[in-house]
Amino acid sequence: MLTIQVNGVAQTVDAPEDKPLLWVLRENLKLTGSKYGCGQALCGACTVHIDGQPTRSCVLPVGAIGNKAVRTVEDIRNEHIGSLVQNAWRELNVPQCGYCQSGQIMAATALLKSNSAPSDQDIDRAMSGNICRCGTYPRIRKAIHKIASEQL
Amino acid sequence: MITAHFTKPHALFICAARVMLLALLSSTAMAQSPLFQPLYEVLTHPRCLNCHTKTEFPRQGDERRRHDQLVVRGADNHGAPTLQCAACHQDENVADDAVPGAPHWGLAPLSMAWEDLNASKLCIALKDLSKNGNRSLSDLLRHMSEDELVLWGWSPGANRTTPPLSQSEFVDALTRWVNAGGPC
Ligand code: FES
Ligand code: FES
Repeated sequence: MLTIQVNGVAQTVDAPEDKPLLWVLRENLKLTGSKYGCGQALCGACTVHIDGQPTRSCVLPVGAIGNKAVRTVEDIRNEHIGSLVQNAWRELNVPQCGYCQSGQIMAATALLKSNSAPSDQDIDRAMSGNICRCGTYPRIRKAIHKIASEQL
Repeated sequence: MITAHFTKPHALFICAARVMLLALLSSTAMAQSPLFQPLYEVLTHPRCLNCHTKTEFPRQGDERRRHDQLVVRGADNHGAPTLQCAACHQDENVADDAVPGAPHWGLAPLSMAWEDLNASKLCIALKDLSKNGNRSLSDLLRHMSEDELVLWGWSPGANRTTPPLSQSEFVDALTRWVNAGGPC
């Protein structure tokens, strides 16, 4: 049995230490917002925040988390910038199929928290690990700029 | 007769060119000190060199291609502020070794960039306190024989190749070099 802090709640789960956090979230805790794309840290669909840092939950052994705070897309609206990102995503219809978008939202939220006026290059550097097979990159970029210029 | 007349200087010329070429090759690849040569061959192996780059990004694979996902070096050598090396690289190899990992995974600072350095230049840079993190020879020995990220080079997982010397052979060679005063 392991206890981890997820979205502000201490959760005790019956999982081996080397089980990837993604599967603890999806199977043990039924938090299915974080997606499985590749399982090899290649696509970013599984991105969650660990103490605020975007992290690939598909390769993070749950036993390595310790007391660090896990935040998933289910809870991101409770952060000011997270809610701005979700609203802009809705307003600009950013998602196409949507599969990559919880990861995109987690990455964009972290970017805007650390940089309130990101340049195109800052966006590229922060988001290049989040792959979108529908190619929504121009809308993602537009939404990030919109939040930065109008709301931060 | 005419042919012979021209052949001789021609052969001499080729011979001289060969000597020059060998001298050139040895000045780029061979250390002057035989004690440093085996170290040079380890330090320039892709497992070491891919993160001791002079570029704004790490490399990967034995072909030393630019790291996938276009990850960048970042101000602290650990990636962009919100796309850090540790977003994917854990303290150990994970995902059946698909994702390599070791503690404090990251690039070496640019002052420790070894790409394109010949053996003597690399040797001098390695000992230069202003470039090497202020490490004495014995600090270098400790760092290169104990640091977990350095040691990862010999347990990279999957089918990744390892440096030409084993880890213990490397430490032996390093010790000999340090004990001799670090000759280049
Ligand atoms: S599922 Fe984790 S990066 Fe693709
Ligand atoms: S919206 Fe379909 S993969 Fe990104």
